[in-house]
Amino acid sequence: MIEPSAKAAIIRLFHVYRHYHAQNALDDLTLDIYRNEFLFITGPSGAGKTTLLKLLYRGETASEGQVLVDGINISRMARNRIHLLRRKFGIVFQDYKLIPTRTVYENVALVLEAAGRNARYVRKKTHSVLRTVGMENRMNALPPALSGGEQQRVAVARAVVGDPTIILADEPTGSLDAKSASLIMGLLKTFHTRGATVVVATHDRELIRSIPARIIYLNQGQITVAPTI
Amino acid sequence: MLSLHFKRALLDIRHNRLLNAVTITTIALSILIVSAAILFFINTTDMLEAWRRGIRIMVYLEDDLDPGRQQAIAARLKGLYGVQEARFISKQTALEHLRAQMPRQSAILEGIGQNPLPDAYEVQMIPSARTWEKAEDLAQRLEAIDGVADVEYGQRWVERFITLFNLFRLTSYAMGGLFFIASLFIVGNTVRLILYTRREEVEIMRLVGATERFILAPFYFQSMIQGILGGIAGLAALLIMFMLIQSKIQAVAVGGTVALRFLSPGLMMAIVAASALVGWLGCHLSLKQYLKA
Ligand SMILES: Nc1ncnc2c1ncn2[C@@H]1O[C@H](COP(=O)(O)OP(=O)(O)OP(=O)(O)O)[C@@H](O)[C@H]1O
Ligand SMILES: [Mg+2]
Repeated sequence: MIEPSAKAAIIRLFHVYRHYHAQNALDDLTLDIYRNEFLFITGPSGAGKTTLLKLLYRGETASEGQVLVDGINISRMARNRIHLLRRKFGIVFQDYKLIPTRTVYENVALVLEAAGRNARYVRKKTHSVLRTVGMENRMNALPPALSGGEQQRVAVARAVVGDPTIILADEPTGSLDAKSASLIMGLLKTFHTRGATVVVATHDRELIRSIPARIIYLNQGQITVAPTI
Repeated sequence: MLSLHFKRALLDIRHNRLLNAVTITTIALSILIVSAAILFFINTTDMLEAWRRGIRIMVYLEDDLDPGRQQAIAARLKGLYGVQEARFISKQTALEHLRAQMPRQSAILEGIGQNPLPDAYEVQMIPSARTWEKAEDLAQRLEAIDGVADVEYGQRWVERFITLFNLFRLTSYAMGGLFFIASLFIVGNTVRLILYTRREEVEIMRLVGATERFILAPFYFQSMIQGILGGIAGLAALLIMFMLIQSKIQAVAVGGTVALRFLSPGLMMAIVAASALVGWLGCHLSLKQYLKA
């Protein structure tokens, strides 16, 4: 891979493998993600998109190879420092991962509370983000009472509320109608403009076409030449 | 930040009412038993102390001594070290006392032709000599005096009581230890159960950058609240039992010398604090185990 701006890479993967038993979810993956880049990772189901994202925030560890985030080799990161790594990321999980017993507001505010922000800031910021995703009138609802699309919007709100450096979004528009999808993408675009690095994993071609961005095509855990999108 | 964890803990307690009720009840029972033992010790120590301070030796004389011998005995008696005062109680006075104490049985006493009671001296000891050992020693010296038939100061009874008292003390230490361990176990178990039902939530909190401390703090708060509530409930139960017993005793011993006292506010606070500590420790041990796994 040519590295014209290696210094600007915020994430670097060197010959990364991730095995699950006999299967290689990621197979000798080398990739740089640049600071303030908007990157799509696409490919068929089971290609390893989610696995790749998990490696970045130590949701999984690489079986082999090195993963660097902000110049830090996270494969060797001590357990009691992982929360610092995770605070750099805002993550929209494919399965949302909202806490079912806590309200929409509490789910979003949690990020700021965990980061030790003061109560006034937490209240103000949480309200403002929920307004942005159009969920402020469902603030006191519990996630199970929400539609898939609504849950996804809450998940996006939680991902961006902490003003992260890097936003990872795994199928962030999977359960949304076209209108909501473009709202979410507009939101991600806004955060990108403000300086965040945004990585979106999706197999939605419409979505990929909607924004000019670098596209990585993953197949069977390897980066391949994209078939015509 | 602290109030956040505290609120979370209260919510958790409300959410797991039954589990928390069981835990708090167990702690309350432990505290009840342990503090009942403490209360018993305090009052019996008081009682022993009162007896010790009021210790008197009764010296009974042989029958029909002539006045000369009686006076000689009195002189010997008063000359012994440790004796502060010796008061003569004649057999007539003793009988009158007995009559006054048992008005209903006075008919029986009338029936006795001859006064069966002996003349006696009531010996008061000097304050520094008022210990069981010195009383025993003095009693032996008194017994050696010619013309003294018998010496009594309830020593046997007190000794037996002290032995029993020590036995009881040991048993309640053992019981206290047992309940302490049981409380630790049940608190820890509650924490483990709640953690188990919350493992998804805990994982999500980790994913959004929460520290272990942030995640676990509400559990510590919850366990300490359980400890405090259990402690207060246990003491409240003890107070109710105490008041019932006291009113019973008061009814029996009218104007008697029995003045029981309850635990002092400082001691009650210490017990509640200890109970909170038990909660904290139970939680800590359980979490340490959980985090290792
Ligand atoms: N925890 C796991 N245990 C075993 N196999 C796993 C695990 N996670 C992922 N895999 C396997 O690794 C491969 C890559 O999975 P991954 O979830 O990364 O795919 P994906 O590209 O995100 O797919 P999708 O588009 O369906 O979300 C799949 O074959 C999957 O079965
Ligand atoms: Mg996936």
